[in-house]
Amino acid sequence: MAKIRLDNLRKSYGGTEVLHGVSGEIEDGELVVIVGPSGCGKSTLLRMIAGLETVTAGEIHIGERMVNGLEPARRDIAMVFQNYALYPHMTVRQNMAYGLKIRGLPKEEINRRVEEAADILELREYLERKPRQLSGGQRQRVAMGRAIVRDPQVFLFDEPLSNLDAKLRVQMRLEIRKLQKRLGVTSIYVTHDQVEAMTLGDRLMVLNGGYVEQFGTPIEVYERPQTVFVAGFIGSPAMNFLPAELSDGHVVLGNGARVPGGAGEGEVTLGLRPEHLVADEDGPVRVRVALMEQLGANTLIHGVLEGTDQEMVVSLHGIRDIAEGEVMGFSAPQDALHLFDRRSGRRIN
Amino acid sequence: MLKRVHFPPSVLPYLLVAPQIIITLVFFIWPASQALWQSMLVEDAFGLSTEFVWFENFQALFRDDQYIGAFKRTAFFSLAVAFVSMSFSLVLAGFADRVVRGAIVYRTLLIWPYAIAPVLAGALWVFMFNPTLGILAYGLEMLGYEWNHQLRGGQAMALVIMAASWKQVAYNFLFYLAAMQAIPRSVIEAAAIDGAGPIRRFWTIIFPLISPTTFFLLVINAVYAFFDTFGIIHAVTQGGPANATTILVYKVYNDGFVGLDLGGSAAQSVILMILVIAMTVLQFRYIERKVEY
Ligand SMILES: Nc1ncnc2c1ncn2[C@@H]1O[C@H](COP(=O)(O)OP(=O)(O)O)[C@@H](O)[C@H]1O
Ligand SMILES: [Mg+2]
Repeated sequence: MAKIRLDNLRKSYGGTEVLHGVSGEIEDGELVVIVGPSGCGKSTLLRMIAGLETVTAGEIHIGERMVNGLEPARRDIAMVFQNYALYPHMTVRQNMAYGLKIRGLPKEEINRRVEEAADILELREYLERKPRQLSGGQRQRVAMGRAIVRDPQVFLFDEPLSNLDAKLRVQMRLEIRKLQKRLGVTSIYVTHDQVEAMTLGDRLMVLNGGYVEQFGTPIEVYERPQTVFVAGFIGSPAMNFLPAELSDGHVVLGNGARVPGGAGEGEVTLGLRPEHLVADEDGPVRVRVALMEQLGANTLIHGVLEGTDQEMVVSLHGIRDIAEGEVMGFSAPQDALHLFDRRSGRRIN
Repeated sequence: MLKRVHFPPSVLPYLLVAPQIIITLVFFIWPASQALWQSMLVEDAFGLSTEFVWFENFQALFRDDQYIGAFKRTAFFSLAVAFVSMSFSLVLAGFADRVVRGAIVYRTLLIWPYAIAPVLAGALWVFMFNPTLGILAYGLEMLGYEWNHQLRGGQAMALVIMAASWKQVAYNFLFYLAAMQAIPRSVIEAAAIDGAGPIRRFWTIIFPLISPTTFFLLVINAVYAFFDTFGIIHAVTQGGPANATTILVYKVYNDGFVGLDLGGSAAQSVILMILVIAMTVLQFRYIERKVEY
């Protein structure tokens, strides 16, 4: 078990920098999810920690050691790849035993560990099969098995579930969570899926364009997103953003409506989560309904802010019956207002 | 229901395939049948009369120790060429696979030998190893090793094996490199994380995964050494000294055009023909089979 410390990590390919100084500490036994859109540098960051990419600048510490110059093999890590990267010519047993054999463990010990992992992952009956004789979910388990038999200090996952179908993904997500808690191994998990990130992570590192936008618990990231990007990326359906102005204790919307809250003056972007708007006849936020989506548990109302062409989505509990073209009023509790500086996109309340 | 498209009968398709058929007939079927016919004839010493003798020429061949010797020599030669050129290519491809910068330069340079005509390739090696003038023969002499492939059969064999292998390295290299690059990067990376160093990764992951290519190249190289090395042998040793490098293709030429034993030579070429057909069948059978790890 070990802490991981990233210190101002940078990575350039040729002349282009793709990671611009990533810092953060990962506690012993913690599962940190690195989440962000495709191409933001998640895999690059993970592969630098694994030792598969060189570090352009900055430092990586695993436990007490600075590992920048260490080969992957000497970092005491295990990694699960997106395509599983199983050895196609070896059986499941051989796949899992490969790393142990190289470390020269006695045969009985190898068998014991492999079988123990196979039991945990319900792979007992597949030990003598080749990877191509397994389903996607089973291959995924083998990849996990190969990681856990090594009993490493750190697990690294690079989008391990993205090749599975939706149902299996939910199931494996829970299993990974349980397994990680049970083994207590410090883990870093990369995904572009914000639901996966929210459900799995002890903490989330939200990455965008090579910058860390926010590093915090799922609740912090959801309740107090520090930038417009994080606010829009985390949460589904996505947060509504409205250009607004602050003026004596109110947020003034594009149509002149005044929502109580905020302090100071200036141009801001107001963020409102669709699920935090409350239906209210006299509410200041008035939405002209264009389309309804009935999801059973809740109803999504798509429309525009009355008097503007700013699109909005509102999510209400239960089944509602609202005519298209109708104007509905909503109020927004003060603690549901997310105010961002219009220019920098940073949170100001 | 399948809908058939009917074309009006026309001579055009026949005209279009005619050139190919004529070429095959004139340059393959006709000489092959001539060889088959010839292989059953015996000519008297003065070329005045011929006699049809069925398979006597073949029987004579298999009683001939020289022919059996050439057979064994060819088998050795062809295995040696396959082994030398394939292992050399494997090492080169293994390194090229790891090179990121300048990979195209290496690849281009490595492909050049393949473009050189066999006779020229042979001539090159003859110059380098010429006992009196050759730079490498000189170098060996400095090291206290006496090189004279014009007198020593073993050295002559080594020389033609080297020359023939060298020419084939480029071809094998290309196939090996392609095979290695088809292995997903992440599999190699997984092995690296599992603690395997480069050499161990090569033998436990890369080599087993490219084994289909190895089998394929083994057949290709054996066929090459059997049938395509006439030019090299002719330029380097002319089959000598004392037949030490006379492989089957060279013996066909030697017995037929130098020894003027047309019937025997034709019988030998028929045997070679059967061999090449057998190897080709083997190769196709293999290629058609699903790759199995
Ligand atoms: N080997 C490479 N050479 C050049 N650019 C690369 C290389 N690998 C990744 N990149 C670039 O770095 C950025 C981040 O890539 P990556 O870490 O794979 O993103 P993610 O995993 O978040 O989708 C991308 O813009 C990608 O084009
Ligand atoms: Mg990625």
